[in-house]
Amino acid sequence: MSAPPRLSLTGVAVKLGARQVLRGAALDVAPGEIVGLLGRNGAGKSTLLRVACGLLVPDAGIVQLDGRPLVERSRRERARAVALVPQETHFPFPFSVVEVVLMGRTPHLGWLGFEGRRDFAAAQTAMAQLGIDALAARSVLSLSGGERQLAVVARALAQQPRLLLLDEPTAFLDLRHRLQVLGRVRELVAAGASALVVSHDLAVAARTCDRIALLADGGILAVGPASAVLTPALLRASFGIEADVLRAPDGYPIVVPRALA
Amino acid sequence: MTPLRPARLFAVLGALAALLVVAIVAGLVVGPSAVTPSEVWTALRDPAAAGPTADIVRRIRLPRVGAAALVGACLSLAGVCFQALLRNPLADPFVLGISGGAALAGVAVLSLGAAAGLGTGAVPVAAFAGALGATALLFGVAGWRGRLSATTLLLTGVVFNAFASAAIVFLASLGGMAEGTSIFLWLIGTLAAARAEMLAALAGVLAAGLACALPLARALDLLALGEETAEQLGVAVERAKRLLLLATALVVGGAVSVSGLIGFVGLIVPHALRLLFGPDHRLLLPASVLGGAAFLVACDTAARALLPGRELPVGAITALVGGPLFLLLLRRQGSRGLLP
Repeated sequence: MSAPPRLSLTGVAVKLGARQVLRGAALDVAPGEIVGLLGRNGAGKSTLLRVACGLLVPDAGIVQLDGRPLVERSRRERARAVALVPQETHFPFPFSVVEVVLMGRTPHLGWLGFEGRRDFAAAQTAMAQLGIDALAARSVLSLSGGERQLAVVARALAQQPRLLLLDEPTAFLDLRHRLQVLGRVRELVAAGASALVVSHDLAVAARTCDRIALLADGGILAVGPASAVLTPALLRASFGIEADVLRAPDGYPIVVPRALA
Repeated sequence: MTPLRPARLFAVLGALAALLVVAIVAGLVVGPSAVTPSEVWTALRDPAAAGPTADIVRRIRLPRVGAAALVGACLSLAGVCFQALLRNPLADPFVLGISGGAALAGVAVLSLGAAAGLGTGAVPVAAFAGALGATALLFGVAGWRGRLSATTLLLTGVVFNAFASAAIVFLASLGGMAEGTSIFLWLIGTLAAARAEMLAALAGVLAAGLACALPLARALDLLALGEETAEQLGVAVERAKRLLLLATALVVGGAVSVSGLIGFVGLIVPHALRLLFGPDHRLLLPASVLGGAAFLVACDTAARALLPGRELPVGAITALVGGPLFLLLLRRQGSRGLLP
């Protein structure tokens, strides 16, 4: 018998206010896999991530983590297993970078609530992996938007989750840091974790993700390898655009938008 | 700031406790009749010590200094909690109108309660209910899950404080308290009316507030970064918020029923300590309790010593220090683009 999917969403329906955001969305993420979640603004990508980490309990449908319903797991167990990097984090106080990264250790702390040697080591590693260890003592309020986002990604890495959920983690980042963040995600996944990444950068998503899922009309329109999903017909159906799909020398699809459909 | 380790926590708290002791000794020494530190020590240590000096220390100054310490600790604790919960360093029980709600309810019982058969013992209970009511109003305006913008926060507080002050004056006139110190007490905030009997109850209230808030210190760090971040990192957000708001209403109600409206303590003390020791609430929260106690004892001592033969209300001192600091903070937030 093969291992159950790391994350399995079946028939997930979510209504926010009067709007039916998700209707019967279904998606599996296997252990050791990066899945890219694409779709137009307001398609429900962030909502799907919130469902996947238990922040939002769907009105209908099942969310399973490693074959067990997420709702049956304790809060702490869930927090150890799943990490979320939100689109944006607002910092009201001058926490230092290392303090922010150490917050990722919260679900691993003992009853006294103080970080130990292992926690400091995990934070140090996470910062080094993203190249922000030199910023450790700096206040997050003094950083640029991109550096701040790297600190939040480092917090999620320090959490050492089995499932990493990233909501447009690279939106504020330059190309070098985009590749750096996604490279770290790839390393984490190679070590057995899984990742679900929301992105608007189709080129980077096509290259980084093992599979791409297109979210449209509250459900998963298509899921599969980038070359099978990033097609003119599916891009028209999901994003409402006419696009040319070119090929990079190594075969990855490159989407060039042409006009509104 | 370097990450928190237990050794640093205990060093900082020890230093602040020492500061509090110094402030208390100064508070016991200063006053209309001269008392030396060694006389204070004798009066406190030796229960058999008699005479006017021992009486002054034990019956007059000790209850007053004790009340200052407890009220300062309560207000500062509430300030720290509000700042993290509302994710805004400008939050303070006085600025937000929570103290105003407590005072209004307290005065209502004092002026109208006798007709309903309520004694002065009902005042702290009413103040707690008033603080809770004002908190409910604040979240009614902001929305339970909303991050309060500085504008909403300030407007709600200013409007509610103006309303509460007017209602207090009105109720006090109805109840015939318009003359004398009582109305002054409620509106400006003074420790002149603090009595020894109140202290045990207030200490109990502070202990209950700390019992709720201290285990949630780490949760406050995470809540400051947003409710979803906190929830995602394993904090039971709804439970934590309810407990913390209950704890703050309790300590604000307790403090206001002893001292009236003393403003800005919950703003100044956590702000200064955050600058010195960083924003980690596992340190900031207990440090604010000790620092708030020391600060208000020092302010009250100054209130008694500044004008010879006369006494200022301590609320005037904290407002003189706190008002300008508040404006400075507001300006800094504005220049950081934090004011929407």
